[in-house]
Amino acid sequence: MKKWLLKEGNGKLFASLMAILIGMVFGFIILLIAAAVAPKASYPLDGLYTIITGGLRYSGIKGFGTVLRYATPVILTGLSVGFAFKTGLFNIGAAGQYVMGGFAAAYIAVKWTFIPLEYLWIVGLLGSILVGGLWGLISGLLKALRNVNEVISSIMLNYIGMITVSTLVILIPDPFNPSRTKVPLSQIPTFGLDTLFGKNTVDVGIVIAILVAIMIYVILEKTTFGYELKACGFNRNAARYAGINDKRGIILSMTISGALSGLAGGLVYISSITKVFDQSLVLQKEGFDGISVALLGLSNPIGIIFSGFFIGMLRNAGTPLSRSGFNEEVVRIMTSTIIYASAFSLIFREKLTKFLTRKVGK
Amino acid sequence: MSYIIEMLNITKEFPGIIANDDITLRIKKGEIHALLGENGAGKSTLMSVLFGLYKAENGQILINGKECKIHNPNDANHYGIGMVHQHFKLVHNFTVLENVVLGVESLKHGILDMSEAEEKVIELSHKYNLFIEPQALIADISVGMQQRVEILKMLYRKNEILIFDEPTAVLTPQEIDELMKIMKNLANEGKTILFITHKLNEIMSIADRVSILRKGKLIDTLDVDKVNKEQLSELMVGRKVMLEVIKDLAKPTEEILVVKDLCVKSNRHQKNTVNHVSFSVRRGEILCIAGIEGNGQTDLVYALTGLTKVDQGHIFYKGEDITHKSIRYRSTHGIAHIPEDRHKHGLILDYNLAQNLILQTYFKDTYQKNGFLNFSSIYTNAEKTIDRFDIRSGNRSKSITRSMSGGNQQKVIVAREIETNPDLLIAVQPTRGLDVGAIEYIHKTLVEQRDSGKAVLLISLELSEVMSVSDRILVIYEGELVGQADPLHVTPQELGLFMSGSKREVIQ
Repeated sequence: MKKWLLKEGNGKLFASLMAILIGMVFGFIILLIAAAVAPKASYPLDGLYTIITGGLRYSGIKGFGTVLRYATPVILTGLSVGFAFKTGLFNIGAAGQYVMGGFAAAYIAVKWTFIPLEYLWIVGLLGSILVGGLWGLISGLLKALRNVNEVISSIMLNYIGMITVSTLVILIPDPFNPSRTKVPLSQIPTFGLDTLFGKNTVDVGIVIAILVAIMIYVILEKTTFGYELKACGFNRNAARYAGINDKRGIILSMTISGALSGLAGGLVYISSITKVFDQSLVLQKEGFDGISVALLGLSNPIGIIFSGFFIGMLRNAGTPLSRSGFNEEVVRIMTSTIIYASAFSLIFREKLTKFLTRKVGK
Repeated sequence: MSYIIEMLNITKEFPGIIANDDITLRIKKGEIHALLGENGAGKSTLMSVLFGLYKAENGQILINGKECKIHNPNDANHYGIGMVHQHFKLVHNFTVLENVVLGVESLKHGILDMSEAEEKVIELSHKYNLFIEPQALIADISVGMQQRVEILKMLYRKNEILIFDEPTAVLTPQEIDELMKIMKNLANEGKTILFITHKLNEIMSIADRVSILRKGKLIDTLDVDKVNKEQLSELMVGRKVMLEVIKDLAKPTEEILVVKDLCVKSNRHQKNTVNHVSFSVRRGEILCIAGIEGNGQTDLVYALTGLTKVDQGHIFYKGEDITHKSIRYRSTHGIAHIPEDRHKHGLILDYNLAQNLILQTYFKDTYQKNGFLNFSSIYTNAEKTIDRFDIRSGNRSKSITRSMSGGNQQKVIVAREIETNPDLLIAVQPTRGLDVGAIEYIHKTLVEQRDSGKAVLLISLELSEVMSVSDRILVIYEGELVGQADPLHVTPQELGLFMSGSKREVIQ
């Protein structure tokens, strides 16, 4: 057991689980306080149970479909942030890439009727990858060629993307009427996943997200391309010394990162749920959830699948929680606590190693 | 005879390695006690245990005969133990005085009172001939001076036991002489000095006694006046070590690298850091470019290896103009480079040993197929290299290079560069910070490369290395080649004149 924990990867897993535990405990404390002051909320344990089960105790298998629906985009934006992070870049522009990708997909799905309907959704998703990638590419080019910090450029591109989309939605006439942006023509197929989860809105998107995560894992860990990108991320000077084109690395890495967020948008905006392009000039939260998911998954693509599910579960617990008389916001507090705690995961791991080595020594 | 410090049966383990194995060390009051050992022998670990940075699994520490528990550096300070680390712990935008009082500031009515402290600092500086200017900024003073500030910090805290971790590694020869004087002075005033080193000359010149560590074990503690350098190095390495480089006369053949009128502009000022440099290197010789640090060596090497742009002039390699060729082109065409800074350029510290060994070859067919890394061949090759070059680490090919000792990290780089079977090996300060065993090994490797018909370009700051390894010497001063010499017929003093710019001649 000790040896198992001392292995690098397992220690990391332990740190993430610790973060979740801390978040749970903190959330429970909030529930206790709420129970003490609000007469309606009298069963804090019941509330905690609702959160831990992701609200599935009420909705069952159908609820699990909703969890998958929530998890799909955040797994991809999580991968986007995690991938950039592994290559030494901080892509904080997932929100902009997400909305641009989503718009591209929706536009294609609505307007490009010259393509047979059964393939149109594929072209739409490819469009979202392309446009999201383009949005990432801009930051990559600025960083590689002009040494502009990618954090700053990608934050600004978030707003540029958001405003571009809300302008385009108004400029392009029917059927892009902001009041009914639901994609009428080509949607992502469900392959029976919707009936499997009790007539829910699940489609093949979740499968795509998981496959992409595995693909990113393979690229990072098994290919020469991933070896190059990670080398640039760990030590740009040494990568240059080894003859690796570090500028190319930065550009490609930001482009891929952007493409992943773009795909996340595509999977949301041409799915069967009615998602309207927001006119209120608010950044889409899927983008920032990506940062949380990547942090909790420690930037590991496989870890990100699980942390994406987990964040989806928590989000799904919001509405059922009000049945126990608590405010939905408790879930958000809990999520934030977990993110904070996972940012400290390094400290947990250090303490753990110290504790264990001391014991082994004795 | 009573001892000021007794470290009894100290055992300290790290995952996969026993850094200190049942070590017993006794230090007399007022002596200069040297701790000698190879890289990774456990010297620094032992001192860190004494200073409270690590906690030993076993053993006890007695100070003035009383058992002490030292949990952290504050405890150590309380017992009068101070330490100068290899990398100084100073705040660069603070003055000397502010650095000295940091953590032990004296207050007057709750307000910082610096005047009293300044008097004390000046007094101490006077007493020990430290010549310190209390109001100077750390960022403005030389490395040697910064070290004195560290010493002053210990004196200000009234420490009686002073630990120095490889104090001379960062100093110029003159600064080393002065440090030696200061250390003697401190010992005469009754301070006890413990210093970690692997330089035999320093031990012979100032230490009273020496304890030798090898692979985590204490080999012996000896009086310095009863031993000689050869015996010490044998005890340290565990076998006879050649302190002299043994080699035949060079038999140079064709010119492999020809540099013509090379200029590199500085990115900080208007002057050229490499100014109209021309020379050539032939197969079968070791050409050494000697000079004091910061005279354009770094940019010259960057230009030769492609890390920086050439502004004027040409580089010919095997007759081909490679002035504007890429780094990759050069490394795949037989130019190997042992870089000056192994952490900045030489290694990706978060990659493991095997991954670092393929840094320039990962794209070759042996290590990949259709873009997928071939892990079985990467790790089998790494294991072979580890055995061939005797690289020591906790987890062999899977060791993260960050966790390895400096000497073994350097071995990884040397192994990687030589495995590519280069025609031209550019080695920049290949033995910096290494112990005699590793130095001997690297020098031998350089000579072997030469003897097998390779050209070796050695850039070195160490005069002894320049004199003993090279077949031909060029001296660089302010970016220009100012002198040439035959190592068999030149004295260090003559080279020193060229290196300091006092003498210059036209190079043919």
